[in-house]
Amino acid sequence: MFKRLAETGAAVAITVDGRQIAARAGDTVAAALIAAGIDHCRTTPVSGAPRAPYCLMGVCFECLVTVDGVGSRQGCLVPVRDGMAVETQTGKREAGR
Amino acid sequence: MTKASDLAPSYDLVVIGGGPAGLAAAALAARAGLTTVLFDENPGVGGQIYRAITFSPVKDRAVLGEDYWAGAELAAEAKASGALIVTGATVWSLDPTRLVGVSIAGQARLIEAKRVIIATGSLERPFPVPGWTLPGVMSAGGAQTVLKAQGLVPNGKTVLAGGGPLMWLLAAQILRAGGKIDAVLDTTPRKNWLRALAHLPDFVLSPYFAKGLKLLREVRAKVRVIRVDRLEAVGDDKLREVVFGKGDNERRMPADLLLLHQGVVPNVNLALAAGVAHAWNERQLCFEPVLDEDFNSSVPGISVAGDGAGIAGGTAAAERGRIAAIAAVRALKPEASVPDLQIVRQKLQREAMGRAFLDWLNRPADSFRQPEGDTIVCRCEEVTARQVRDTADLGCEGPNQMKAFLRCGMGPCQGRLCGLTVTELIAAQRGTTPAEVGYYRLHRRAQPVIANLRR
Repeated sequence: MFKRLAETGAAVAITVDGRQIAARAGDTVAAALIAAGIDHCRTTPVSGAPRAPYCLMGVCFECLVTVDGVGSRQGCLVPVRDGMAVETQTGKREAGR
Repeated sequence: MTKASDLAPSYDLVVIGGGPAGLAAAALAARAGLTTVLFDENPGVGGQIYRAITFSPVKDRAVLGEDYWAGAELAAEAKASGALIVTGATVWSLDPTRLVGVSIAGQARLIEAKRVIIATGSLERPFPVPGWTLPGVMSAGGAQTVLKAQGLVPNGKTVLAGGGPLMWLLAAQILRAGGKIDAVLDTTPRKNWLRALAHLPDFVLSPYFAKGLKLLREVRAKVRVIRVDRLEAVGDDKLREVVFGKGDNERRMPADLLLLHQGVVPNVNLALAAGVAHAWNERQLCFEPVLDEDFNSSVPGISVAGDGAGIAGGTAAAERGRIAAIAAVRALKPEASVPDLQIVRQKLQREAMGRAFLDWLNRPADSFRQPEGDTIVCRCEEVTARQVRDTADLGCEGPNQMKAFLRCGMGPCQGRLCGLTVTELIAAQRGTTPAEVGYYRLHRRAQPVIANLRR
């Protein structure tokens, strides 16, 4: 859906559901998912429908993901960091995360 | 990096939001000697209009345009002013005593403020069309965000739909960056010209006129623009095609990405949570805070500046921020020298030129604000237009009662993407006005945060 205009930022290695993806310094988690062509980041608690980042400015809460074990983080507000482990979320928030 | 534990227990002024209003306010207040802290939840300052102004990878200045790069000066002024600027800081609570709850890197603090300027700006008006929750459908503002901050441009089959100046600006920016747009679907009703026409002379004299015409020409030269009065995103697990039409005519277009935009409205959540009185604006079809000429709200010591005070644009936002900051300085440190208030007011007044025309011309059609049938209204709780309409018919009079029936507005976004739609649907169904129906009552805790409790 999207391509990178310029590969200016330094490479940052993060994993999404255990798979390595090439992020760049200056990416948020949500932007890195979009750039990697990952088409959804969670399924909804109500119907289980897939959802993807929508507003990318912190208001819609569609890009909720688990970051380094902490659930329901807003992916569009969290900058990527080397070694970060991102997990997509399924349905309801799991207890303890 | 400022940590939560680095903050003082109390500040003269807390500014919430680092867009043009917040940056200008913080800079002015700090220079006048107020102890000032600015919080913004994003990784950098700039707000939406100047997003990533300090680190954008888009180096060719022509892509985002000179109006964008003008934000660099505001950011530099704020940085040099002595104000403490904290990014990655989410303000999750504000109460009428001006106790500010803020969370930074997972650590929460409560700090006191003698004055607060809410500068949380605007968000895109909800655009509830069938299929708008599918992956592959995104707000136009979202696409603009990843362009400014990460240099990402659409490269698949891309359709842009809606109306308003920001949609045309985004189209031009994507094209200049070498991105691809297959079609622009213009949802603006032609009959809007009837109301807008009276304001045309004022618009022609404003800077918006020449800029607007240039943008329209630039986009139309490269992209097919189609007027539509119906729009639908279709797909199974993600967007596959866009269905649109006008009158009896229906067309389908395969698409990977549909970008939606029908104007912006004030982001009222924090101000409402703090107890600030709001009123319905019929021209702009949204709620906005009730403010005096210094942008003071109904809650003593709390003012609202920028587009959160009512949509007026980025340059007006900076002037509004300055006026609110001057009021704060005069209240706390009357001896300090501040810029001439009358000059700032005159600048602000000039910014209003042309806005009435733009507002009336770009007023979204009823059908795109008041959906029907199975179209989802509340994205978080997956509540449909039919459910809201039926519940209103049963006798539900307002959005707060509607929560008890349907849970709409009770998910993580706290009504940001459904509040206006639910209010308008109830008003339409019960034959009354949005002003009469009112808006969601919001929690004092304006953001869901994970409390970092000691176990």
